[in-house]
Amino acid sequence: MTDLLQLLIAGLATGAIYALAAIGFTLLWQTSQTINFAQGEFVMVPAFFALIAMKLGIPYVAALVVAILMSMLLLGAAFRYAVVGPLLNRGVLPLVISTIALGIILKESVKDIYSAEAQVFPTLLPDRNVTLLPGVTISLAQIGVLVVALITIGGLQWFLAGTRTGRQMQATAQNPTVARILGVPVERMILYTFLINAGLAAMASILVSPIYLAKFSNGETLGLIAFVAAIVGGFNQVRGAIAGGLLVGVLDNLAAAYVSTAYRQAIPLILLVLVILFRPQGLLGRKEERAV
Amino acid sequence: MGLKWAFAGLAAAGLWAGTAAAQDIVIPNIIELSGGGATVGAMWKNGSSMAVEEINAAGGILGRKIKLEFVDTASDPGKARAAMQRALDDKPVAVFGPIYSGSVSATLKMTAEAEVPQIMGGEAGPLTAQGSKYIFRTSFGQNVSMPKIANYLRDGIKAKSVAVVFVNNDFGKGGRDAIVKELGARDIKVVADVSTEAGQADFAADVIKVKGANADAVFVYLNEEESARFLREAKKQGLNKPLIGETTLLGQKVIELAGDAANGVKGHVGLTVDAPVPAIQEFGRKYEAKYKSKPDHNGVKGYIAPYMIKAAAEKAGKLDGKAIAAALHGLTITPDKVPGILIEATWDESGEIDRISFLGEVKDGKQVITETLPKLKK
Repeated sequence: MTDLLQLLIAGLATGAIYALAAIGFTLLWQTSQTINFAQGEFVMVPAFFALIAMKLGIPYVAALVVAILMSMLLLGAAFRYAVVGPLLNRGVLPLVISTIALGIILKESVKDIYSAEAQVFPTLLPDRNVTLLPGVTISLAQIGVLVVALITIGGLQWFLAGTRTGRQMQATAQNPTVARILGVPVERMILYTFLINAGLAAMASILVSPIYLAKFSNGETLGLIAFVAAIVGGFNQVRGAIAGGLLVGVLDNLAAAYVSTAYRQAIPLILLVLVILFRPQGLLGRKEERAV
Repeated sequence: MGLKWAFAGLAAAGLWAGTAAAQDIVIPNIIELSGGGATVGAMWKNGSSMAVEEINAAGGILGRKIKLEFVDTASDPGKARAAMQRALDDKPVAVFGPIYSGSVSATLKMTAEAEVPQIMGGEAGPLTAQGSKYIFRTSFGQNVSMPKIANYLRDGIKAKSVAVVFVNNDFGKGGRDAIVKELGARDIKVVADVSTEAGQADFAADVIKVKGANADAVFVYLNEEESARFLREAKKQGLNKPLIGETTLLGQKVIELAGDAANGVKGHVGLTVDAPVPAIQEFGRKYEAKYKSKPDHNGVKGYIAPYMIKAAAEKAGKLDGKAIAAALHGLTITPDKVPGILIEATWDESGEIDRISFLGEVKDGKQVITETLPKLKK
C-alpha cells in the first residue's frame, strides 16, 4: 500500500513532465496541423542551451532563462518560419516527415557540438525528503516537479481562457477562416502557439534533465510517450493532453513495478491502441468538428 | 664520391622514412563512442591514445609506430559486428574493444577465426569460457569479481538478505547470475531481483521496489549512466540501505554524474587510479592533466591494452597476431619491465586476467580504497 502511494506520486511527477510535452503536440496540431515528431528533441535541446550558457559563465538561474529564450527563438520562431511555414499548405505528411528529419538533425548536432556523453544538470529544487505517512517518504524534488509543472499548465490555461490573446488563439484553433474574418491576426496567433510550445518544452527540459541527466538521446522515448499521452488524452484538447500525460506517467510507473521493466514501454502503447479502438477522439477530446 | 654517397644516404633515408610511415601498425579500436556506453568508450579512447603516444615516443613496438583507428559501435552489438568485419578484412596485428560485453560476445568468434588477438573491456563471465584463444581481458571477469563481492557482503556488510538490481544486457545478466549463485552458496537470501533496461532514464519504480524489499544491502550492477541515475533516485527517495557495487558503481564517472548521491557507496574495485599504487596514481595525474577529467577503470583498461601488445610482441619477437596471442597466454607483465602495465598482471590460457584488486567506498565525492586484495594465484 505504501509502495502504491509512492508509485502514484512518482508517476504523477513524471506524468506532469510528459504533460508539458504533450500539450505542445495539441497546440501545434490545433493551430497549424503540425504533428511535431521532433517534440522529444525539443525537450532534450534546451538543457544544452543552459549548459552552454553556464559554460560561458552565466549563472545557473540566468542560464535557465537564456535556455527558455533560446528555445523560443530557435525551436519556436525559427521552426515556425523555416520548417513549418513553407510546408503549411502541403498537407500533414510532408510536415510530419520534415519534423522527423529535424529531430534527427537536432539529436546528431547536440552529439557533435556538445558531447555524446550524459551530462550532470543542476536542479533548482530542494534535495530533501519528507515523510508523509509511516513508510511513505517522498522527495521534495518530486513534489517540486509536480508543482512547477502544474503551475506552468495552470498559467497556460489562464492565458488561453482568461486573456484576449488567448481567446484569439482559441478562435484561430477552432476556425482560422472565421477568426480571420473577425479580425484575429491569425498568423501572429500561430506564431504564439509555436513560442508557447517551445517554452513548455524548455520547462520540461529543465525539470527532467536533473533526473535523467542531459543527453542527446533523451528525446527518443520522451517524444514517443508525449505523443501517446496527447492521443490518449485527446489530441485536440489541452486538458486532454494534461490528463493523458499524468495517466501515462502513473501507468508507466505501476507497470515498471508490478509488470516488468522490460515490458513497461509497451504499456502506454497498448493503452494507445485501446483508446484508438474504443474512444478515437481521446479520453477528454471532442470529435473533430473542423471542416477540412 | 663523397657527394654521391651523401645523395645515396639521403635517398635511403627518404625511402626509409616513406616505408616507415606506410608500415605503421594500425590497430582498430572498436569501441562505444556513442549510445549508452559513450562515457565508457571516451575513457578507453583517451587511455589507449595516451599509451600509444608514449610507446611511439619511445620508438614504437619492434621499431614500428602504432596508429589507432577508432570505430564507433554506437553501443550496439550489430554495429560492433559489422565494424569488426571491416577491421578484420585488413588483417590487423590486433584489435582493441569492444568494451560492452554484448558487443564482445558478438565479435569474439570473428577474431578467433581470423586469429587476431582481441584486447577487450568486457566483464561478462562467459566471454572467456567459449574456447577462443584470441580473447584477452583488461579487467576481471564476473567469475572472479562476484565471489569477492559475495565475500564482502557476508564478511564486511554482514548481510543476510540482499536486493539485486541489474541491467538487462549481457553484462548485467552475467553479473546477476554469478552473484545470485555466489550469494546462494553463502546462505544469503536474494529478496528482490530487479531487472532494469539499458538506457533507462526513470528509476523511480525500481527504487520503490527495492525499498519495499527491505533487504540488509542492495547490490547495484548497472552501466555508468544508469548507475548514476539509480543513485540519484535512491537518494531522492531516501533509500537508506548499504548500496554495494562492483567497480562501476564506485567509478569516477558515476561519482561525477551522481554527485552527492554517490557518497556512502561501497564495494569491490577491480581497477582504480585511487589505488595505493604509485604507478597507477601517476597515470591518473597524467591523464587528468591531458584530458581535464579524472579517469575511471575504463581509462586504465584502455591504457594497458597497447602495453599488452607491446610486451607480447617483444616476447614473441615478431608482429604477428597468432604469435602475439600465444605469447600473452601465461604471460606475467611486471611494471619494472613494462611500466605502462601499471600493476603486475598475468593472463591465463583462456585470456582471463589476474592481479591485485581493492575494496573501497565513496566519501565526500571521492573514491577511497580501504583494503587491497591479493592476486588469486601467485
